[in-house]
Amino acid sequence: MIRSIISASLILLFHSLTAQTLVSGSVKDGKGHPLRGASLALKGSYDGATTDSLGSFHFQTTEKGDFTLVVSSIGYNPIEQIINLAGTPISFHLVLKEQLSELKAVTITAGSFSAGDSKRGAVLSSLDIATTAGSNADITAALKTLPGAQQIGEQEGLFVRGGAGYEAKQYIDGTLVNNPYYSSVPDIAQRGRFSPFLFKGTVFSTGGYSALYGEALSSVVLLESIDLPEKSEIDATISPIVVGLGTQQLAKDKNSSWGFSYNYVNPVVYFAAVKQVPDYFSMPQYHNADANFRIRTKGGGMIKYYTTFAYNNLGLRRQDWDSLNMNDAFALTNHNWYNNLSWREYLNNGWKMDLGASYSTNLDNIGQQVENLQNQPQIFSDSTFWMNYKNFGVNQRQDLTQVRAVFDKKLGALSAIRFGSEYWYACNYQQYHTVEYNIDTLYKFHDNFNSLFAESDIYLTNELAAKVGVRYEHSTVINKSDLAPRLSLAYRTGPAAQVSLAYGIFYQKPENSQLFYTTNVGFTKATHYIINYQKMTKDRIFRVEAYYKKYDDLIKTVPVNYFFSTYNNTGSGYAKGLEFFWRDKKSIKDFDYWISYSYLDTKRNYLNYTSQLMPSFAATHTASIVMKRFFTKIKCGVNLTYSFATGRPYYNFILDSVNKYNLAENGKTRDFNSLNFSAEYVPSVGNTKAKTFVVWFASVSNVLGYNAVYGYNFSYSGLYRQAITPPANRFYFIGCFLSWGVDRSQDAINNNL
Amino acid sequence: MTMQKTLLFFALLIGIGAHAQSDKYMATMQKNITLLDSAKTIDQLQSMAGTFDRIGDAEKTQWLPYYYAAFAQTLIGWNPDTKDKDANAQKINAYLAKAEAIEKNAETYSVENMSATQQMLVDPQSRYMTNGKDAAEALQKGLAIDPNNPRLYYLQGMSLFNTPPQFGGGKDKAKPVFEKSVALFKAAQPKPLYPTWGQKQAEAQLALCQ
Repeated sequence: MIRSIISASLILLFHSLTAQTLVSGSVKDGKGHPLRGASLALKGSYDGATTDSLGSFHFQTTEKGDFTLVVSSIGYNPIEQIINLAGTPISFHLVLKEQLSELKAVTITAGSFSAGDSKRGAVLSSLDIATTAGSNADITAALKTLPGAQQIGEQEGLFVRGGAGYEAKQYIDGTLVNNPYYSSVPDIAQRGRFSPFLFKGTVFSTGGYSALYGEALSSVVLLESIDLPEKSEIDATISPIVVGLGTQQLAKDKNSSWGFSYNYVNPVVYFAAVKQVPDYFSMPQYHNADANFRIRTKGGGMIKYYTTFAYNNLGLRRQDWDSLNMNDAFALTNHNWYNNLSWREYLNNGWKMDLGASYSTNLDNIGQQVENLQNQPQIFSDSTFWMNYKNFGVNQRQDLTQVRAVFDKKLGALSAIRFGSEYWYACNYQQYHTVEYNIDTLYKFHDNFNSLFAESDIYLTNELAAKVGVRYEHSTVINKSDLAPRLSLAYRTGPAAQVSLAYGIFYQKPENSQLFYTTNVGFTKATHYIINYQKMTKDRIFRVEAYYKKYDDLIKTVPVNYFFSTYNNTGSGYAKGLEFFWRDKKSIKDFDYWISYSYLDTKRNYLNYTSQLMPSFAATHTASIVMKRFFTKIKCGVNLTYSFATGRPYYNFILDSVNKYNLAENGKTRDFNSLNFSAEYVPSVGNTKAKTFVVWFASVSNVLGYNAVYGYNFSYSGLYRQAITPPANRFYFIGCFLSWGVDRSQDAINNNL
Repeated sequence: MTMQKTLLFFALLIGIGAHAQSDKYMATMQKNITLLDSAKTIDQLQSMAGTFDRIGDAEKTQWLPYYYAAFAQTLIGWNPDTKDKDANAQKINAYLAKAEAIEKNAETYSVENMSATQQMLVDPQSRYMTNGKDAAEALQKGLAIDPNNPRLYYLQGMSLFNTPPQFGGGKDKAKPVFEKSVALFKAAQPKPLYPTWGQKQAEAQLALCQ
């Protein structure tokens, strides 16, 4: 009996060792394409297979009974299936569904250019911004080489798609920057206050932007500051115009850092060598100091604080446009203090929190005086009263305190919902005085501005995504509320190609200079419609975008007399256009270039315009070509930027005796051309053991010496006009940037040799 | 046959079974390591990666199967026909994560280095500071654990060899590193199933440095 049991066991044992089941079949993806490299495994056993290029698989197994077959492939949802192995061949035809994945999913690109090093779909890197010829490391200047932005040289700001400079706003880590540029000097564009190296990501939105941001009719520039520096280092800048020193210290555990820097700008030597049109009776001087700390929290979040203090003054004298025997002397002193504190934290269950607080204060002391050719101050009689209005002093101060909270919750793999609120408290003062008429007026207003916003990212598949948002705003100074819906969609049309659509309503408060005179005004409004096609591979980007923008409730000037005006919201306008962008890093080895072209058709009736007119900051055709090449052998980079814009309209509106503006003269300026060159020499490039890292940098803007005319200033009579030109035809810069860093990544290896 | 004998028989059978389990692991690994040495096409290598991954999943406590899965995937990454190196690196890293969850050692760091290097090579100029840094850090960590691992020196030598002299690389810099690698290979006494690859490559590279 026992003997037979043993024999039976042995037979069974041998049978199980020899009898095999053949499992075969194929694996396809959701679209019916064969899936190569998918893995099939019998759970708990070694047996299984990998699909070949046709998606087919087959394997033999000696296992018996019920087993779980796991079918998986990276980027696809795995499936499990119970199979019974009993010696008879089994065949399967399986389908794996693609996972929603950030790497594969379509992104919404309508109206937005992303720049940054970590960002997917970035059009420019931080280094691109620094090395674009003509930018001289100014973010705004580099963004001007992208489609949608105008080539404006007589005032700072980004003039986007028929929008004025003040219709574009800058945000750092979510909070608005009240004074992103150095204080205005008439007819001379000022630089931005922030270095591109402070930021790891920049998004330049030319329209249709997210509900998380507001108070900008045409454009937002979203700047995301870097988290922790890669290493501790000391930096120095030496040039005839600027000297600077700074340090960044990264803690040993690499979880926190602090740093500060200081630089001083004084072009006295430069102006002695390169003649300027204005007579600088007080040499421009800029003191800039900043400090920061950054802490990585236990949960992987970041706390960041950045502060910068700037003091600058200048005085310049230029030809008066009413009298050839007079000069206008203009002096400006500015104090600016900016603070930004942010805290990003990852909470449980897919929640993310972004808190931000910011405080800034900006003080300008401005004076202007008409002088004779011997620099003696002049006072005028009532028969030339308009001249007396050129003698004035203005002290103005803008304080802005902000707090902001945004909560973000992931829904599924990629979809998300986010909502938040912000509160701004703004105090604005302006004290204006003229000696002759004994006017001394203090204008001031306070504003409590509140916003609530919610937005959802909805990924239906990797091919189709939508972003739906709404924003509510209330401002106490005008006592008005608004509700702004935003919507955008993206659909992938082929590998690396996609179509995006964006729609949104955007509101903006009237400018401070208008609110000082009346608060009986409402929000200005713009409605954007954008369609975009983009094809982007690793080395090439092609974009084409068309848009239509409608402006409502723009501010109109209601003149009371020559000097005093009030305002209402009866203005309107439109802008439409077509833009192209092409970047290619591949076709020519080591050569990188991009081409931007913008066609713009825009008219508006605002401020003192007498009818719907093409604004003076708009050019019909604008184009830029940016070229960069780095010569590895000589460790030298050479960059060229050529920008072109057709002439812009200019107008002279004269106030008549019944206090109505009349268009006395109009025309178009000549076309704008500028060829800019820059080069960098980096002797220590790639040498990771170098203790000192040096970059020599030189640039020339407007190499060909083209005489740019940005517009005209008209005399009171309208009989004489004076061209607005740059303070000098060319700008030269040469400098040396040194950094002493501690990079220990190679040490361990070298020590072991 | 008595009951005692029957029990003994079953005891033996169970014992053989338990022993057979580890024998089966050894034998299967040995067989597949040999197969991996001769695998050439992407499909063959992908199939080997899958096989090692299944062995790892079944064994649960062995890092070597996952290591070989990741290593096979790096061989796919070096193949010029592999177009999407980032997607491939994602696969390497998935296998590597399973291996490193069991044990982090010089061998896993050598694969980590290759994965990061393959990603860096997609766009060296812009990825030098990210993937390039990860690759260097992987070497550093590996050497901290085993300063006598010949493969890490081979990989370090390759990195120097392929870096232009003006960027701090070149044949002269690579030569002593390859020499050290070859010397360590000659002295190496790898444990059973442990990786042995690299000696021929290191010798060939050293010859190119002469």
